[in-house]
Amino acid sequence: MTTHQIVPAALLTLADGRFPAGGHAHSGGVEVAVADGTVHDVASLYEFLHGRLHTTGLTQAALAAAAADAADPAGLDAHADARHPAAVQRRVSRAQGRAVLRAGRAAWPAPVLEALAVGCPDGPHHAVALGAVAAAAELSPGHAALAITYGTVTGPASAALRLLGLDPYGVHGVIARLGEDCERVAAQAAACICEPWADLPAATGPLSDLAAIRHEHWEVRLFAS
Amino acid sequence: MHRDHLDPADLIGLTQDRSGPLRVGVGGPVGSGKTALVAALCRALADELSVVVVTNDIYTTEDADFLRHNGVLADDRIRAVRTGCCPHTAIRDDITANLDEVEDLERRHDPDLVLVESGGDNLTATFSYGLIDRQIFVVDVAGGDKVPRKGGPGVTRSDLLVINKIDLADRVGADLDVMRRDSATQRGDLPTVLISLRAPDGVRPVVDWVRAGLHAHTH
Repeated sequence: MTTHQIVPAALLTLADGRFPAGGHAHSGGVEVAVADGTVHDVASLYEFLHGRLHTTGLTQAALAAAAADAADPAGLDAHADARHPAAVQRRVSRAQGRAVLRAGRAAWPAPVLEALAVGCPDGPHHAVALGAVAAAAELSPGHAALAITYGTVTGPASAALRLLGLDPYGVHGVIARLGEDCERVAAQAAACICEPWADLPAATGPLSDLAAIRHEHWEVRLFAS
Repeated sequence: MHRDHLDPADLIGLTQDRSGPLRVGVGGPVGSGKTALVAALCRALADELSVVVVTNDIYTTEDADFLRHNGVLADDRIRAVRTGCCPHTAIRDDITANLDEVEDLERRHDPDLVLVESGGDNLTATFSYGLIDRQIFVVDVAGGDKVPRKGGPGVTRSDLLVINKIDLADRVGADLDVMRRDSATQRGDLPTVLISLRAPDGVRPVVDWVRAGLHAHTH
């Protein structure tokens, strides 16, 4: 990203944690990681987020970029399904996708979003919806990828802050230090979109997948995922 | 799309224009009696109206279980929403999770009345009118008779202020006249009721308010 270019304001709106798309209720696996002791301070949060960014983050970014580039993003539905190994993750992804689409349709009404709502009656996957909304906001596939990678970091970071009472300055120091990683992953994702969709990145974190399944059956949990 | 100023027509449709059942939010501090009020409303109204409930308990599905165990509503008419440690966000700044459940319940049951109970929060936590049509704010005398004077959006702007547990007023040294007077000062023409849900038919003033709201909503 060149430094002298003004970033579109729509990207800030889309990536803002206050964008009402339900993100605050999801921990991105941090609630389990905190309970397991894997995440217990700012340094371990950094390790968790770094790993998440380069696995799930890349996969999500590629889906978002492809959706932003697609004439019919609903066609990505099966490819997104295949990239969420646990059933609970598919449900969570679709719930978040519905939310992004709802907020996106109000913010940037466009035929592509209406078509996506019709094409995915159970709700589009999160990354697919976000990519389509980015396109409706006249953002590029790279912007869509950056928005979702940034959310991959900030959502769990905010959950860790709330669960552990971490120092907010420390947490945002971590987010800032992961900024270049976010840009790199987004650029990598945006570079993949010409491939057939089946060849899009499919990196996952098996421990996170298992954690999501365990989390669903907890008696007491504060986050939806 | 590059213009110096939006046409007013561009803003049409940004406010949800909703028909459908009356949605009532029930908010207020922890322990003030929100769940007890919801249960009492269901008991009083469920025979004549189709009612569904969404609860936002912070920790568990306890609130929903409370309603089920009291035999007030069938299981499939109650949903619990998880709010990620932010009960106020879930009813105000980002109403997504609650809207999802409300709309799903509306599709399944075509209810007359939807009750959305917030997780216990503080005096500043109020509902967005994107989620509900009217809101009740519940405080109790045991929280101190200065609560109405403190104000905050729940006390000053809610459509109905409920001051609960008036049966305890003597025991906790709360002056009901002070609470009544301060509420009137803070709220202008907005109604306030002082009730005890433990008294026989103690919920009646709130039931009457809901009925009036239903009438206004459908006529």
